[in-house]
Amino acid sequence: MDWGAIIETIVRGLIGERFIYFALAAIGLNLHFGYTGLLNFGQAAFMAAGAYGLALTVTSVGPLINDDEGIFQLNISDGWLFVIGVFVGICILPVLLALLMGIPTLRLRADYLAIVTIAIAEAIRIFMRSPRFDWFTGASDGLGGFSGTFYDLSPFDPGERYFFNLFIGNQMFLVIIGWIVLAIGATFCWLLIRSPWGRVLKAIREDEDAARSLGKNAYSYKMQALVLGGVFGAMGGMLRAIGFSLAQPDNFITDVTFFVWVALILGGAGTVLGPLAGAAILYAVLDGTDTFLREAVANDVIPDSIMSGTQVGQVRFMLIGLGLILLAAFRPQGIFGNKEEMALDDR
Amino acid sequence: MIDEFREGDELIPDAGPPTGDGTATLGDIAFVEGVDPERARAQLAEVPWEAGAKKPDPILVATNVVRRFGGLTAVDVDHVEVQRGVITALIGPNGAGKTTFFNLLTNFDSPDEGHRVFKGESIDSVPAHKIADRGMVRTFQLTKSLSKMTVIENMKLGATAQTGESIFRSVFPFLWKNQEAEIEAKADDLLRHFKMDHMRNEFAGTLSGGQRKLLEMARALMVEPEMVMLDEPMAGVNPALTQSLLGHVTGLRDQGMTVLFVEHDMDMVQEISDWVIVMAEGRIIAEGPPASIGQNQDVVDAYLGSSHDSALDLGREL
Repeated sequence: MDWGAIIETIVRGLIGERFIYFALAAIGLNLHFGYTGLLNFGQAAFMAAGAYGLALTVTSVGPLINDDEGIFQLNISDGWLFVIGVFVGICILPVLLALLMGIPTLRLRADYLAIVTIAIAEAIRIFMRSPRFDWFTGASDGLGGFSGTFYDLSPFDPGERYFFNLFIGNQMFLVIIGWIVLAIGATFCWLLIRSPWGRVLKAIREDEDAARSLGKNAYSYKMQALVLGGVFGAMGGMLRAIGFSLAQPDNFITDVTFFVWVALILGGAGTVLGPLAGAAILYAVLDGTDTFLREAVANDVIPDSIMSGTQVGQVRFMLIGLGLILLAAFRPQGIFGNKEEMALDDR
Repeated sequence: MIDEFREGDELIPDAGPPTGDGTATLGDIAFVEGVDPERARAQLAEVPWEAGAKKPDPILVATNVVRRFGGLTAVDVDHVEVQRGVITALIGPNGAGKTTFFNLLTNFDSPDEGHRVFKGESIDSVPAHKIADRGMVRTFQLTKSLSKMTVIENMKLGATAQTGESIFRSVFPFLWKNQEAEIEAKADDLLRHFKMDHMRNEFAGTLSGGQRKLLEMARALMVEPEMVMLDEPMAGVNPALTQSLLGHVTGLRDQGMTVLFVEHDMDMVQEISDWVIVMAEGRIIAEGPPASIGQNQDVVDAYLGSSHDSALDLGREL
């Protein structure tokens, strides 16, 4: 058994790039569900908006508008194109998506938003897969070639390994940028939540009519929360696409949304640190059990009659499922949640 | 004091209205200028005892308000006026449309026809959340205390025009810190008046039914309303707390606020209201001072059926 490799994957899960993607998405979902009570089952769509906002701008739109024989004949440098792509992916597409989801549903009961978000997320993914727009969206192969500008900025040698040999150069750069984004995002969120604005969100979560009777425009606040949470999701999705150097429709299946949900519930919805802790633990457990089981099977600690190496992938999800059941039974408020607060639901 | 009156506790009879025992008086915290409650009540003496009667100084006027649910006409009110500075009760048998009409008056529901005028301005197209800014605040039959927020957070939520409630300003605490401190001081004053200051940091979800009613009323006062609309303020309240709540309601009037409440409990109506509006089958069937209502034949018919011919003690029966 290579315990070093097991510990390495656990640490990587706790602080690595996947933790960052999902922690950002979970912060967004926490704004939706944890503070405002919005049931968003389409966080993957917001992540896709971030990924494709960047990818489409750099890879598809860039050559079109920079073309000497095209309509615009602009001459935008790769660097600026990347910056515009980041802007589109964080400030434009997720906002439009939130408006699309929110305008018809936010005046209605919470469940309507849930239905619309899950449907829109799937509709967007299937549309992006469509071969008809292959020339623009890359269809099911997705789009690549947009992350070069990002990695060009990296001061790390791509061939070297850094931070206790955990990350290769490019990953190291991504993780550092990711942590900076995460730290700023979490602080921003913390400031928002402890402000009177955050108080109104919580009031809407508790009772929309009460908030309205006290002069709060519940619809507007719900929309603001939906947009802002979507922007956080988009940041996670964009970093994820940069990490893969690829934006592909099937990276944004509904499972992704539910991973974000698991991270949020694990850590504790309605707490500032919950989504961070949840995402870290989720990936530490997923990756740690994966390596552990593989090692155990390879070294015949677990005999082939019980489990083969190919079954490890499924078994680790069973373990996560078991963990969630135990969590629901013994600590329903999540790791950071307040049990006293949770108990008030029953009254 | 109040937390002793949890539901199921033994009844403590002496729970009178708040008195000047060193606690903050409402007058220091919330009052409406330019309203003389004594005079407002005196003016009612000249109002005829008939449905739709004109009031000398109406704050809220509803005309031809109709609300239909499919084929059912739940509310069909020709004309009603609410006198400024008095306590008006809206009563009626079950299914009379009181709560529906109440929701229409507070814009939580929109009528199919008709007009509502508050303080001389039409509120027909004003969204529900803007009604509070205009000086009207409502409470709910099923108390809406925000369970997972503390009592003080509940209170602070009620203040209107908060700078920190804008998403862009909220992340810069120095922009709203001062206002927040003022709001908190006012909230604490109100909590002291309602004798709830000892539970300021408890979750509202841990309060008893009566305490939630009190909290909701106190929170409504944070809006600085001119008119307070109470939907069944006594529903689910321990009898021991009723007297104290009644004291608070009359306290609002004495500060110049106009109170309109929906109620089943006839004793409460007799005790504190200055004027009573009776609804049945979606219409206003009678109006008058509380003492006149028991003798009104239309009201007796509405409550008990028109074939009833035995002698009645309506004060008890209704």
